[in-house]
Amino acid sequence: MRILGIPVPESYKPMIEDLKHTMYLWRKSRLTMVGTIIVLAFLMVAIVAPFVAPYDPIEQNLKEKLLPPSREHLFGTDQFGRDIFSRVLYGSRIALWIILLVSLISGGVGTMIGVFSGYFGGIVDEILMRITDMFLAFPGLVLAMAFAAAMGPSLTNTIIAISLVYWTRYARLARAEAMRVKNMEYIEAEKAIGASHLRIIFLHVLPMCISPVLVQLTLRMGTIILTAAGLGFLGLGAQPPTPEWGAMVSDGRNYLVDQWWISTFPGLAIAIVVLGFNLLGDGIRDMLDPRLRR
Amino acid sequence: MNLLNFIVRRLLLMVLVLFGVLCIVFIIANVIPADPIGALLGGNAPPEVVDEYKKKLGLDKPLAERFVSYLLGVLRGDLGVSFRTNRPVLEDIKKFFPATMELAIAATILSVILGIWLGVASAVNRNKGIDHFARVFSILGVSMPVFWTGLLLLLIFYYKLDILPGPGRLDIFLTPPKRITGSIVIDSLLTGNWEALKNGLLHLIMPAFVLGYSATASIARITRASMLDVLRQEYITTARSKGLEERKVVRNHALRNALIPTVTIIGLTFGSLLEGAVLTETVFSWPGLGRYITNGYLVLDYPAVMGGTLYIAFIYSLVNLIVDIIYAFLDPRMRV
Repeated sequence: MRILGIPVPESYKPMIEDLKHTMYLWRKSRLTMVGTIIVLAFLMVAIVAPFVAPYDPIEQNLKEKLLPPSREHLFGTDQFGRDIFSRVLYGSRIALWIILLVSLISGGVGTMIGVFSGYFGGIVDEILMRITDMFLAFPGLVLAMAFAAAMGPSLTNTIIAISLVYWTRYARLARAEAMRVKNMEYIEAEKAIGASHLRIIFLHVLPMCISPVLVQLTLRMGTIILTAAGLGFLGLGAQPPTPEWGAMVSDGRNYLVDQWWISTFPGLAIAIVVLGFNLLGDGIRDMLDPRLRR
Repeated sequence: MNLLNFIVRRLLLMVLVLFGVLCIVFIIANVIPADPIGALLGGNAPPEVVDEYKKKLGLDKPLAERFVSYLLGVLRGDLGVSFRTNRPVLEDIKKFFPATMELAIAATILSVILGIWLGVASAVNRNKGIDHFARVFSILGVSMPVFWTGLLLLLIFYYKLDILPGPGRLDIFLTPPKRITGSIVIDSLLTGNWEALKNGLLHLIMPAFVLGYSATASIARITRASMLDVLRQEYITTARSKGLEERKVVRNHALRNALIPTVTIIGLTFGSLLEGAVLTETVFSWPGLGRYITNGYLVLDYPAVMGGTLYIAFIYSLVNLIVDIIYAFLDPRMRV
């Protein structure tokens, strides 16, 4: 076989070919496509929310409170006369903000701790991994509740609390990867020419650990939304009048029987977006699984 | 390494981890809050009252001293006194935990039966109707927020159709059975109170389903994957070529081996059940530990919160330990 006139071994698969195959797998799985579309739509809504939302998400209008869904108010209005459709649209920005920051913080912190732990091994590894075990000894939401309540409930503290809970998973992943990489020959070569530990870690070990962490991050995005919404629902997350979906579901609890729309639509938004992320995540996992790939 | 060694090592590790858990809980409750008294009394309480409260709660002592006294208290089984209920926290936990346990066990039973059945059915009928249904059912289970599913079911089955009872563990007019274990179902069985048994079981259906839904989904998924793996093995082909009935091949040959990963996932989902219990109990006004902790957080009842969180972490670690031991027992390769 020749590529660009250069002879290559038959077993060599060009990257383009591989990418094409990935695209083929993506198109073949209908559920993955649905997931992709939902996630893209979610991103779009988050971007254009201020332009398409018909009403202000926070301003109260008591003359129009508790109206059922209609042409003026697609999802009805809540007990303060706020348009739920607009609030749901704005809520997507808050959800996106939470996902991005939590992924960044917990992914970053977890990867760093994992890489240090795996690279140095020994006593450093032992201490860092026992700390990880201690965080893993709590059910996630319970620990997030504790952090959120102690720091005072707010959007920022929700993000910090969830990040403090979720870094452990990435630490373990990055550690395993770092342990594998550190014994490879090119690291030995680096050491032989006198590179410092920090140089080896940041330039040669860390880049190798990022891709499994990234995959895991995409798989966990649905869970992040659910945890944040759970905190919001319990009153330990974003505070009113912030249009956070979980808090909105909680708002409608007292009106459930006669004004079902107050709780239903924000909850539906959570379910659809999480579904999108889960379908996409499943698809990505299947595409990366070598047994299913060929 | 033999099994006993493995268990002893894991037990020692668990003691260490629990000590760390205690440290984390103590830090959360004592170091992070800038002003617990202010949160308790409101921002502008007179200084004398603040001082008096500080003394009463022991907050005037140095942090290290407070930590040591809390640690010693926990070792003696004294978790302090709740601000809100004015009872020892351990008493409160004893009162509220059985309700959580009853709910979690009901959810586990439901999800194990439903999950294994769905998993096997979809593996055997791969890519047919039931497989697609199970896939959609599962992915919805891990996507819908627990509290929202609960509210919707309440709205439909209680408020609109009125075929299932509403929030709580029993109807209000019903006298609860004499408290023996704290579980309504077991207590009413023991005392022969059939009316309470029936009512209690009916009250369990919705919350147990809501709580167990995502666990059902993950159990179904793991069972399906491992069942597919096993069905590909040569001994299954052998069994089939001997002319064995397909039903027997599935039940006696494949399922047994396929269930090993399922055992682990059942243990792991128990943790997510404790997590979901916090939300489910809030939706269904279920008087369990999750609701106790949530209410504690909302009024910053620190002793209750610390005790409750510690207790949940303890149960969670214990369940994980038991799962690991069962797994090591089933699969010797895991004993490292």
